[in-house]
Amino acid sequence: MQDRVKGPKYDVVGTRPVRPDGADKVTGRAKYGADHHVAGQLAGKVLRSPHPHARLKSIDASAALALPGVKAVVTRDDIKDQASEFVPAGEMLINYRDVVRNVLAREKVLFEGHPVAAVAATSEAIARQALKLIKVEYEVLPHVIDVLDAMKPGAPIVEDGMITQGVTPAPTTPSNVAKRVEFALGDVEKGFKDADVIIERTFDTKPVHQGYIEPHACVASVSEDGTAELWTTTQGHWIVRAHCSRLLGWDITKLRVTSSEIGGGFGGKTVVYMEPLALALSKKARRPVKMVMTREEVFKASGPTSGANIRVKIGAKKDGRITAAEGELKFQAGCFQGSPVQPACMCAFAPYDLENVKVVGYDVLSNRPKVAAYRAPGGPIAEYAVESVVDELCETLGMDPIELRLKNAAKEGTKAAYGPKFGPVGMIECLEAAKDSPHWNAPLGKNQGRGIAAGFWFNIGGETTVNVQLNEDGTVTLMAGTPDIGGLRASLAMMAAEELKIPYEKVRPIIADTASLGYNFLTGGSRSTFSSGMATVEAARSIIKQACGRAAKLWEIPEEAVTFEDGMFRPAGENAGNHKPMSLADIAKVAGKTGGSIVGVGAISAQGAAPSFGVHIADTEVDPETGKVTVTRYTVIQDAGKAIHPAYVEGQYQGGAAQGIGWALNEEYIYGEDGKMQNAGFLDYRIPVASDLPMIETIIVEVPNPRHPYGVRGIGETAIVPPMAALNSAVKRASGVRMFELPLSPPKVLKAMKAAKGK
Amino acid sequence: MSKHHVSTTVNGDPVEFLCDTEQSLLDCLRNELGLTGSKEGCGSGDCGACSVLLDGRLVCSCLVLGVEAGGKTVETIEGMATGEELHPLQQKFLEHAALQCGICTPGILIAAKSLLEKNPNPTETETRYWLAGNLCRCTGYDKIIRAVLDAAAEMRKGA
Repeated sequence: MQDRVKGPKYDVVGTRPVRPDGADKVTGRAKYGADHHVAGQLAGKVLRSPHPHARLKSIDASAALALPGVKAVVTRDDIKDQASEFVPAGEMLINYRDVVRNVLAREKVLFEGHPVAAVAATSEAIARQALKLIKVEYEVLPHVIDVLDAMKPGAPIVEDGMITQGVTPAPTTPSNVAKRVEFALGDVEKGFKDADVIIERTFDTKPVHQGYIEPHACVASVSEDGTAELWTTTQGHWIVRAHCSRLLGWDITKLRVTSSEIGGGFGGKTVVYMEPLALALSKKARRPVKMVMTREEVFKASGPTSGANIRVKIGAKKDGRITAAEGELKFQAGCFQGSPVQPACMCAFAPYDLENVKVVGYDVLSNRPKVAAYRAPGGPIAEYAVESVVDELCETLGMDPIELRLKNAAKEGTKAAYGPKFGPVGMIECLEAAKDSPHWNAPLGKNQGRGIAAGFWFNIGGETTVNVQLNEDGTVTLMAGTPDIGGLRASLAMMAAEELKIPYEKVRPIIADTASLGYNFLTGGSRSTFSSGMATVEAARSIIKQACGRAAKLWEIPEEAVTFEDGMFRPAGENAGNHKPMSLADIAKVAGKTGGSIVGVGAISAQGAAPSFGVHIADTEVDPETGKVTVTRYTVIQDAGKAIHPAYVEGQYQGGAAQGIGWALNEEYIYGEDGKMQNAGFLDYRIPVASDLPMIETIIVEVPNPRHPYGVRGIGETAIVPPMAALNSAVKRASGVRMFELPLSPPKVLKAMKAAKGK
Repeated sequence: MSKHHVSTTVNGDPVEFLCDTEQSLLDCLRNELGLTGSKEGCGSGDCGACSVLLDGRLVCSCLVLGVEAGGKTVETIEGMATGEELHPLQQKFLEHAALQCGICTPGILIAAKSLLEKNPNPTETETRYWLAGNLCRCTGYDKIIRAVLDAAAEMRKGA
């Protein structure tokens, strides 16, 4: 780890203790979504559309209901429709008209795998048999899969009557383009006139899945009095509660949601799929209902991220200074609007300090599953195109890729094209660290090439509640509400221990359910260590303040006359008297006699989230006979602000890089002419395995975020932004061919190499 | 059709369960015996989250029928620690932060244990190929490989 900024020294923060939930996870004791069992539970299964696009004429479930063992069937008639209205849901807007249709098809089925009905039965075998007995009459409609096809005039319309928003005057005919967005700064036409070199390229990417190893799973139990318990694997159980209550028309307080241990999410577990169905089935059947997706269902009916078509044009002076940058991004959203094209536009050129920028984005529907958030939604796609063009610019100008980037790097005070001025950011520090790294200066072998690319993600804060209880023996119980997806409990316990000056092992952190703690927005936007950390610090400081009050009471002195230093409460000042210092445990012991239990609450809307920049270096070897790309060395350099638990920060860097490597080299949704997905399994949708990857080196840069008590920046998402461009450039330098399409699979690379040779 | 009565040994203990013909060993472990440490990530033998040892051989328990376990010995993640003492692999996974979400961890630990029983001194490449049947989406495998190699070194010292 590289210590580039001198920060304060801490006792706990910055060390690498064993995570509090570790033992349960290495012994098989930890309970994930599918590991929960309730007495009397039924098995729920979903009937899914075999067609990518069809009108749903009728559903007859009578034969299924007559099958012995079947306890309930839910169809569109059992769930009320919702008006089309965009309502804020954290950082996003959602339309419950679409949510209700995504959970269960209404007028039409819009993708292969779209839920049509759900069954609860005494066994999974009976539930599966019942699905076959449901008679569904479809009127098959023409479908459209590709984003560019979907934008063509005359394309099959996915959402009847949809008029593009963000265009004036508004179009008079419906299309699949839901929205046009634009971000601009300065004057790009003038900027391109000033340029000595202009490079303009178009790129294509395919949808890829988050690929969490744990399929979606939940257990719902609705009582006769209408109160309900829901156990589910999710990144945000308050969000699940909000969506389910809304769709079912229940008071929020009736529904108590517990988040299980979560087996990966990467953004994909921020939406509801089966949860409302399980609740509706349980209500009808008066029995608990467990639902677990198969891997095929996960691929076909839960959120991949967008495939896209992106045009990028960059102009620069001979000295490498960029004079203008333009982007046009066409993102497929799946069957409902809401692709991440807007954040993609916003972060496309964010790594650079530019005067003239224009980015236009289109949110386009097609007959695919609705996309869900995937780690830095939109960012990797935009940066793949932008950084690939920047690399070509470096080649054209004969400039070192780090030097050109340093010349244009975003820094404190840079005005981003999407609006704000950056505070202290670490783009330059990351580039400098890359330049000094052993990797950048190492020699390359035959058929090998080295690429470098930058990345950026905004990061968010938002609504967060943490409750810290001081127990009677001086230990501490900490309740947070952002599901722990990769070491959060360790980080929060560390910050609490640091504040309270007690050993890390004396803090027991848990993830509380929605009935036990105030509202929490979800684990996403790289916010959980930042926001729940901030709330933890606030709660811990409240405990110190209360403890000072208790000591003051005992000593009969004013509260201001009690100080807390090195873990001890002491009388301070001349008139405070001579009292024996007390530890937190001493205060805890007498809490009952000095005013009752001591509980600190941090209930905040966390402000001051700061972006994280990163730079990745990738070495590849390209086999001239097969076109196979092997990653031979890889380094992630990223600004963490402050790494609370450096091992888990490195883990995020390495994991993000690995997902990006999969996206770059192997992963893609493959569709047939029939509009059906052809590779809905881990055998054919190939994510990186251990033998595909080298060790992934990391350099943690720390440019503290001044708005966080420990300087934390969100770090989970930025790590997936640079890999595709870094690998694309490495492949160019290894093979001589520049590719404009992902994934960089062997047949494509080989074909391009052969074509280049033939010239 | 009536169920099959299966007698087997799981983690050293004699156990009996009833299962249907088509029920996988994974299903039987999780739903008939309550051993939910083995996970189902795919049900098709592609992810390795359900890895167990059957008569000492590494298998995906989702690809083995419950009835096939009759008369054999099954070792699952629940039997890996000895009393309060974690297996060196479990300990090294904690020390190296070799897990994030942890869903793949039981399968990887069982697969790694099987590797070290056959080859106490594997190279990094051998370890990577042995574990290629176990998918992890969180870690990029770096810390997993380091933890396995470190555990191997420690076990060689103790041997």
